[in-house]
Amino acid sequence: MKIDKNTINKIARLSRIKLDDKESEDYIKDLNSILDWVEQLNEVNTENVEPLSNISSSILPKREDVSKDTNSSEEILENAPDKLEGFFAVPKVVE
Amino acid sequence: MSKSSLKQTLQDLESKKISIRELNQDYLKRIKEKENLNVFIHFSEDNILKQIDNLEKDNSTKKLKGIPIAIKDLFCTKSMPTTAASKILQNFNPTYESFVTQKLLDEGSIFIGKTNLDEFAMGSATNTSFFGNTINPLSKENEPLAPGGSSGGSAAAVAADLCLGATGTDTGGSIRQPASFCGVVGIKPTYGLCSRWGIAAFASSLDQAGIFSHNVEDASILLQSIAGFDQRDSTSAKVDIPNYFENLDDDLNGKTVGIPKEYSIDGTPMEISQIWEDAIKVLEKKGVEVKNISLPHTKYALPTYYIIAPAEASSNLARYDGVKYGFRSDEIDSLDAMYENTRAQGFGREVKRRILIGTYVLSAGYYDAYYLKAQKVRKLIADDFNKAFKECDFIVTPTAPSAAFPLNEKQSDPIKMYLNDVFTVPASLAGLPGISIPFGKDKNNLPLGIQILGKHFDEQQVFNVALSLERSYE
Repeated sequence: MKIDKNTINKIARLSRIKLDDKESEDYIKDLNSILDWVEQLNEVNTENVEPLSNISSSILPKREDVSKDTNSSEEILENAPDKLEGFFAVPKVVE
Repeated sequence: MSKSSLKQTLQDLESKKISIRELNQDYLKRIKEKENLNVFIHFSEDNILKQIDNLEKDNSTKKLKGIPIAIKDLFCTKSMPTTAASKILQNFNPTYESFVTQKLLDEGSIFIGKTNLDEFAMGSATNTSFFGNTINPLSKENEPLAPGGSSGGSAAAVAADLCLGATGTDTGGSIRQPASFCGVVGIKPTYGLCSRWGIAAFASSLDQAGIFSHNVEDASILLQSIAGFDQRDSTSAKVDIPNYFENLDDDLNGKTVGIPKEYSIDGTPMEISQIWEDAIKVLEKKGVEVKNISLPHTKYALPTYYIIAPAEASSNLARYDGVKYGFRSDEIDSLDAMYENTRAQGFGREVKRRILIGTYVLSAGYYDAYYLKAQKVRKLIADDFNKAFKECDFIVTPTAPSAAFPLNEKQSDPIKMYLNDVFTVPASLAGLPGISIPFGKDKNNLPLGIQILGKHFDEQQVFNVALSLERSYE
C-alpha cells in the first residue's frame, strides 16, 4: 500500500484541504487503486525519451516589452470575500 | 419538429423570413419547457431580452447576429456569473470576458445561458456538478440517462434544440464523448487553435475550447468564429484560420484513412464495432484507401492522462484559496484554517480526489516515478501519431466505448469511470484535432458516435471527412 494514513494527511496538508476521518479512509482506498493502476507505465521503456511538457508545435511569438497601467484594483477586488481600504483582507497572521 | 440548422437560420435572418426577436423567443419558449433537464446553471430571460434590444439597435452586419449560443460555464463572461459548476465559485462575477466568448459577442451572437458541466470539467457524466445532474434529452420517461461530460450541459442544449450551437472545452474527451452520448456534432480543435484566456483552467497542457452543433457545416462556421491567435495565452498558435465552411469538400477520393488496431478493445459492444466497420465501408466506397495502422502505446494513454491531468489540476486549483474571489469558509481561526476549510467545503469529492493525487505525484520523491515518467510516455504516444500520419491523412475510430448510460448507474470505482475516455484521451495527449459525429444507433435506439482525428491544424480535413460520413448517413 503506497498511501497510508500518514501519507494522506501529508498530501492533504500540502493541498490545504481539511479531511475528516471518513474522507481520509475513502481517499486512501481510491488513491491506492489509482496508483496501482498507473503502475503499468513501468512496463514502458522510456530510456532516452525526452519528457513532453508542451505539445504546441508553434514557436512562441515575441511581443513588444511595454508596460500597461490598467489601474484595475477596484475591478480585481470586486469579487473578494473580504476587503479593506483597497486590499484583500484575511484573518490575522501574526500572533 | 425538425431542428433548424445555423446555416439555414442565417439565411432566414438575412432574407427577413424571421426576425432576431422571433427566433430567440422560439428558443426561450423551448428552454422554459425543458427546464427539467437542468441544462443551465445560469439562465436569465431578462438578460436575453436585453441582448435582443441591443442588437435591434445595431445596424452593422455581423456574421452571427442574433444567433442563440449556449456557453459552458467554464468560460468567464462579464454579463453572467461563472461557476465552473463548483461551490467555490458560486458567487463569482468575472470582470473580464474570455477570448472565445468575446469573439462570439463581436460577431453578434446572443448568449442564452451558461451550461452545466462536471465540477471544473472533471468527470464524464456531468454528475459531479455542484448544481446537480444534467439529464440527457434523449432519455425515455423514468429512465434518465447521463449526457456524458464534462461538457454535458452544452451537448444537451444542442440535442434538445435550446440553441444553435454551444461552446465546450475538451481536456481528455469532454466535448467528443458528450457529443456522442447526445447525438450531436462536437469538435475539439488542435491544442492552441483557440485561446485559453478566460477559461477556468483544469489541465493547461491539454485544455482546449471547441464547439457543439447540430451538424458538421454549422460546426465549421462556429469553429472559425472562436479560433485565432491571442498573446494572452502563451500556447496560442499563430496560424492562419481558413474559412472552414467555404472550403468544405466531401470528395475524399484518393485519401487514406488509418484504422488503429489498438482501438479494438475487448468488451467493446458489438454495435460499436459495427458502426466503426460501417464507417470504414462508406469511406472505401468514396475512394478512400483503408490502411491498418498501429498506435502501440494506446493502452498507456489513460494512466498517463490520469497522472498528468491531476498534476496540472492540483497546481491550477491552488488559486482557489478564499482570498481573492469565490467562496470563503466561516471557520477562519487562522490563515491556514481559512485555506483548509475553504477548500474542504468549496470543492466536491472528485475535484478533491484529483487535487490529492496530483499533489502526490508532484511531491518530493515521487515526481520522477510518476509525473516525469508520464511525460515521457506522453512523448511516445505523440510520436505514435506522428508516425501514423506519415501513412494516412486521417484516422477513424469510435468516440466512446458505450452509448449514454443511466444517470443513476453507480460509479463508485473511479477507474471504471475514467475508461469512458479510452478512445478520446490519446489524441488529447498528442494535441490533435478530433470531431465526433452521430453515426448509427444501438439496440435501444441511442446514438453512437464516430471520431475522426487529423494532423495538427488540419481541421479542414477533419471537417471534410465528417461531412462526407454525415451525408452518407442522412
